Amino acid sequence: MAEVSQESAPAPFPATNYALVERLLVDFIRREVTKVGLERVVVGLSGGVDSSVSASLAARSLGAGKVTGIMMPYHTSSDSSLADAKRVAENIGITTETVEITAQIDAYFEAFKEAGKLRRGNKMARERMTILYDFSAEREALVLGTSNKTELLLGYGTLYGDMASAINPLGDLYKTQVWGLAAHLGLPDAVVTKAPSADLWSGQTDEAELGFGYREVDELLYRMVDERATADELVEDGFKPDFVRRIGQMVQGSQFKRRLPVIAKLSTRTIDMDFRYARDWGR
Amino acid sequence: MGSDDAAIGAIRRRAKGTELTVAQTSPVLGDLEANLEGHLEGVAQARDGGAELVVFPELSLTGYRLKDTVPELALSTRDDALAPLKEASREISIVFGMVEEAGDHRFFNSAVYLEEGSVLAVHRKVYLPTYGMFDEQRYFARGNRLAAFNTKYGRTALLVCEDMLHTTALTVVAMDGASTVIVPSASPASDVTGPGDVDANGRHWESYNRVMARNLGLHIVYANRCGVEDGITFWGGSEIVGPGGETLAKAAYYEEDTIAAVLAEPAVRRRRIQSPVLRDEDLDLDINELARIRGRVVAERERAAAIKDRAREERGKGGPRTRVKPERGERRRRRVEPGLAVVPAKDED
Repeated sequence: MAEVSQESAPAPFPATNYALVERLLVDFIRREVTKVGLERVVVGLSGGVDSSVSASLAARSLGAGKVTGIMMPYHTSSDSSLADAKRVAENIGITTETVEITAQIDAYFEAFKEAGKLRRGNKMARERMTILYDFSAEREALVLGTSNKTELLLGYGTLYGDMASAINPLGDLYKTQVWGLAAHLGLPDAVVTKAPSADLWSGQTDEAELGFGYREVDELLYRMVDERATADELVEDGFKPDFVRRIGQMVQGSQFKRRLPVIAKLSTRTIDMDFRYARDWGR
Repeated sequence: MGSDDAAIGAIRRRAKGTELTVAQTSPVLGDLEANLEGHLEGVAQARDGGAELVVFPELSLTGYRLKDTVPELALSTRDDALAPLKEASREISIVFGMVEEAGDHRFFNSAVYLEEGSVLAVHRKVYLPTYGMFDEQRYFARGNRLAAFNTKYGRTALLVCEDMLHTTALTVVAMDGASTVIVPSASPASDVTGPGDVDANGRHWESYNRVMARNLGLHIVYANRCGVEDGITFWGGSEIVGPGGETLAKAAYYEEDTIAAVLAEPAVRRRRIQSPVLRDEDLDLDINELARIRGRVVAERERAAAIKDRAREERGKGGPRTRVKPERGERRRRRVEPGLAVVPAKDED
């Protein structure tokens, strides 16, 4: 991460035990997949660190032969992303499929030429989701998630797009920790060190788009969320008041993305209000 | 059970100790039939391995994250479904966890001790964690008894998971004569910082179990579950800790396992000679001080209620919404409720 400034690190991020994280996540994937009577997963491979780590954990958990990495480039996706995805797949020994999404995306936006980058990016993310779910039916597999805790908290993802999955091993790991886990798992350096990007348009990088670095925001989020530090305490820590306020608003403003759709309560047993069951009910 | 039996039990234990097994399992969430079958297998294995007592984790018959299935899975301890387990307990004593329905349709997170074909003791979990990821009090009623009981292998107590973390609960059952405390548990992995092969929550339990076993001079049988429910991993790591704080047996982290050890009364005796903490515990002092603290807490609560009442009255009269100061000695008679919250005194040292 040459692009990320490391000097703004007022609060120490805790030392993560990556060997333990690996053990827990490998066990999590195996148990949650086999519980529903399946043994395979499909995962969208972008060539980035998140999907690489997810795929690598799944290979260790279920065996590389039970994991399919699906690459779904649009014509503006960078060639290096595809190359990185292939290198990762080779590195961890999983099979891959490539499904171009250019034709269907272009066909749709032929009718909506005025659509901007955001609409196009979201549409691509959702197109990829439908492909993953289609392959999951064909392969009798679960869709493995790749959203990390930083993205989920900031709402930096497409609802029902890249945020959709059956099980997500990375959702309680900040981006910084995903990098650490990637290094621990021995993934190719190029994947660990390159600038994170949604690759929705050429030259896009997360940090340029967001306007701050992942390490910086992870330190803030860790203090804010995990340690429940108040705004005053965060400013005392050395975070800029504007930054603290902005991140707080992003977390609050994206709460809807982390919940099921709101149901209007009418009966005495409304789903998720007074009809409460575990997802693993009966498993 | 009569005192003669207890005495015989103690003699037997002194002679050779009790062969104990902990079955660290991962129940199927909400599937009584599958779990009952698993129990019978575990019981048979323990018995064939020479065990006299086998211990299963908290809610071993149902799984942990039960939510609205609590009433659907609840059984009376007299339910026919438990007959095979009771029958098996003629050959080997059994501790397991279940959702217990009382006659008045309250549901308890209970640990049951089976001996010689029947229910010897039931402990209803008292401290139901309802914070963070836990929501037990939403679904369960709270037990209101902490007591030791005689078994053919000596005086024993059951504490379910969070109960154990209340040092008072452990002290009460130790003062009630338990030389073995059995703790069925469903403790989740949380906080993956720090060194070693287990998470920070697991480390906390491990040090706590050792300190408390050694401090009070008793056996602690900690039976934690493993497996994953809705993304929550249970850390396993069940252990049998001797009265000197020594590890007699230790199960694997995060996976199914079975451990066994012999619980020997002489070890308890040795430790209590070395460090007679329990002998020196001053029950009168404890009771008096707790009564004093309770009196203060009740008084504070009454005072707060009186202030609230008076403020309401003043508002009723159309008075201003200002803060109402309590009058000296202002109080109102209120019933003392169980589960009294104890707050630290402001002006006492």
